[in-house]
Amino acid sequence: MERTVRFKLNGKEVAVETAPERMLLWVLRADLAHTGTKYGCGEGYCGFCTVLVDGRPERSCQFPLAKAEGKSVMTIEGLAKGGRLHPLQQAFVDHGAFQCGYCTPGMILVAYALLLRKPDPTEAEIADALEGNICRCGTYARVIAAVRQGSRAMTTKAADKVADHEAL
Amino acid sequence: MKPSKIRPRIKDDEYAMFGPGGAAAATALERREFLKLAGGGLVVFFAAGEGLEGQAGGQRGQGYPDDPNAYLKVGADGRVTCLTGKIEMGQGTITALAMMLAEELDVPLALIDMVMGDTALCPYDAGTFGSRSIKYFGPPMRQAAAEARGVLVRMASARLGTPEDALATKDGAVYLARSPSKKVSYADLIGGKRIEVRLEKKPAIKPISKHTVSGKPTLRIDAREKVTGEAKFAGDIRLPGMLYAAIVRPPAHGAELKSADTAAAEKVPGVRIVRDGDLVAALHEKPDIAAQALALIEAEFEPSDSKLDNATIFAHIKEVSANPDVVVETGNLDEGAKLATKTIERSYFAQYVAHAPSEPHTAVVRVEGDKAEVWASTQSPFRAQQEIARTLGLPPESVRVRTPFVGGGFGGKNAGGQIVEAARLAKAAGKPVQVAWTRKEEFFYDTFRPAAVYDVRSGLDAAGKIVLWDYRNYQAGSRSSQPVYDIPHKRVLAYGGGFGGGGSVRVHPFGTGAWRGPGSNTNIFATESHIDITAEAAGMDPLAFRLANLADARMKRIAQAAADKFGRTFAKAPTGHGYGVAITDYLGTYVATMAEVEVDKTRGAVRVLRVVCAQDSGEVINPEGTRMQIEGCITMGLGYCLSEEIRFANGRVFDENYDSYTVPRMSWLPKLEVVLVDNPDLAPQGVGEPAITVMGAVIANAIHDAIGVRMFMLPMTPARIREALKQGTG
Repeated sequence: MERTVRFKLNGKEVAVETAPERMLLWVLRADLAHTGTKYGCGEGYCGFCTVLVDGRPERSCQFPLAKAEGKSVMTIEGLAKGGRLHPLQQAFVDHGAFQCGYCTPGMILVAYALLLRKPDPTEAEIADALEGNICRCGTYARVIAAVRQGSRAMTTKAADKVADHEAL
Repeated sequence: MKPSKIRPRIKDDEYAMFGPGGAAAATALERREFLKLAGGGLVVFFAAGEGLEGQAGGQRGQGYPDDPNAYLKVGADGRVTCLTGKIEMGQGTITALAMMLAEELDVPLALIDMVMGDTALCPYDAGTFGSRSIKYFGPPMRQAAAEARGVLVRMASARLGTPEDALATKDGAVYLARSPSKKVSYADLIGGKRIEVRLEKKPAIKPISKHTVSGKPTLRIDAREKVTGEAKFAGDIRLPGMLYAAIVRPPAHGAELKSADTAAAEKVPGVRIVRDGDLVAALHEKPDIAAQALALIEAEFEPSDSKLDNATIFAHIKEVSANPDVVVETGNLDEGAKLATKTIERSYFAQYVAHAPSEPHTAVVRVEGDKAEVWASTQSPFRAQQEIARTLGLPPESVRVRTPFVGGGFGGKNAGGQIVEAARLAKAAGKPVQVAWTRKEEFFYDTFRPAAVYDVRSGLDAAGKIVLWDYRNYQAGSRSSQPVYDIPHKRVLAYGGGFGGGGSVRVHPFGTGAWRGPGSNTNIFATESHIDITAEAAGMDPLAFRLANLADARMKRIAQAAADKFGRTFAKAPTGHGYGVAITDYLGTYVATMAEVEVDKTRGAVRVLRVVCAQDSGEVINPEGTRMQIEGCITMGLGYCLSEEIRFANGRVFDENYDSYTVPRMSWLPKLEVVLVDNPDLAPQGVGEPAITVMGAVIANAIHDAIGVRMFMLPMTPARIREALKQGTG
């Protein structure tokens, strides 16, 4: 049964008139034109469709819209502010931590959630957090380097950190 | 330097001209008419490509035509546009080609616009594969840029009243060499004029010693879009009225559709059921609702007549393979056998492997009147144009294919089944249709790396020299099947056509095709494994044996470079911890890789700890991009070594997702070390594939060094390693 579901998307209130059992991935991509979130496997194995719900990484292909109701959803489109890349995005640029770029939105959001929870993770902690995110192009080494740079940038820039929390 | 404002494929101004409203008109335009409409500028036409040999197994007519078919443009605003039929799927050509242009034209990289894979705007191209973009498109483009620069200098000479040899170029301007403040920008020189130049002779290009962009590590120019989610892939294209398709699929390859009851699906609000022969689909403006409707369709299929499975495939392959191609034959095998004091004969096997690109095959097609527009994830937009023209009964020039960013290809997106499906459905529905394969469809309809068999016989003389090499492969293809060693008596036979399977006989139970480093991955697995076995028979260390049997100085240099960086010597006895080496010449790029592994004998599990790869690919355009490709090759390559294989029986494909089809993940990551061996005198060679082709062999050899057993089949799964330990295969 269709009804109106309201939630915050990248800091803005949105209302979607649809069946609330639909998966968030398709609502984001087809109803809300947020195509940065990618389909990869439909069963939660690849991590491409990861978004943050109240700061926690969730597989949007497995996450019914109803569960997002009243919550804050962040997609890759919500990370850069005013045309300025977030330090973590800049770190991915600086390290060339992607090739085809299809897994990148999910990769960045999982890393971002990790850094919010644990500002200075070890390489092993980074690898552990990103184990669920496949990169078929094989850029894992660069992703780890990028997350470390992003970590340093986030911990040294207090202003950005505050902005990060406000976004959630 | 700030990252370039890159507008790949679809330029903003072109959108304005041909965007959703006027799109149908766009396809009617010839490319050159487009250029006329595009206003003032200096346009250099040139013939790009590798002639008629080479591409796609050397089919004539598949290369570039000889007439000036490509062009670059210096616009009235000073921006430079590169138009190329190549596509960007992660390999980084978008950056390297832009660097070559920026270098030769002396313009900042940020002023280069790349337009890629648009059949209405770009010159014909057979497809993006075989690590060929920089190697074959780059050099003529660079010459065209040199010509453009020469024209601009001549114009500046007239404008400034100064002889040409007193002028120099930098940052998009011509200036007086002894008084750099006296200058005129390219934009000012061109003004509103329209200048067309046809490149006839080959102008001198800059010596590498003068390069300031090319050869310098450079970040990717598509970075910003890819970290912000702005990068558009085919599935991100939204057209007014577009419907998403969910298609009825057979349970097995070879199972024909008998009937489909769509009554329940038709009741889903907003769903349209479309039938076009055996193609039955549910269409809806939301993709997930189309999928829900599909689940309500009750379809019946005839059983598949395929009786093959992972165990029987190899006998079948040998049985149906006949009439080999002679890849190389020198000396005489009987003579070699007489010289040999030891001969060693072994067989090797490779299972089917999926490309599993991150982005599944996706296409959007709009058919309006007698025009069709296509947006597709494809490595071969011009091939897609032909296919869609045939499918819709249109002349090819009425079909325009655009290629947005492609989310990985690895050879799998040469085939475009999804594009044909989208075209058929769009025509039948009278609406734009998007077909985006699910992961299950991707694993079912992929053109897998073919399973293959390799029979190898080598002979050694008393001095440890290889005197005999008798190599036969069945269905792997010929690429990299020639040994790189100096062997007097050798013959290499390739049974079957390689990537796609052989001729009239049905070899494979499903589609097969080129898989990153096609043929080479498994040929080198067999060859370089067998070299190790032969070295052991000679009582020599694998590295020393290789160096002793090489005559090619360039190959010796690269092997030594890898060994120097690796800095370890081979163990005397198995310790559970081992080293391996493998080398190759992949279409002109030389690779030597060494690896360190740890094997848990109880579980049969292999952990790759460290990989050192030395590569000589001639002149390197973007060292950073080259390193990315090598690292990616190593990381991706671990999958086909250790876990990746398609399990199948009777036409069914059992691997449907990443749960059972295991690709490398973050935790697999070894320490990666890349050595780029400087060789600027050699023209740039390919870098997208070479380093993946040695991975099977180097890991097999390291496993042998670690536990003393030899693995003869790819992938080297824990179960196979445990079995080999039990059997004690050496």
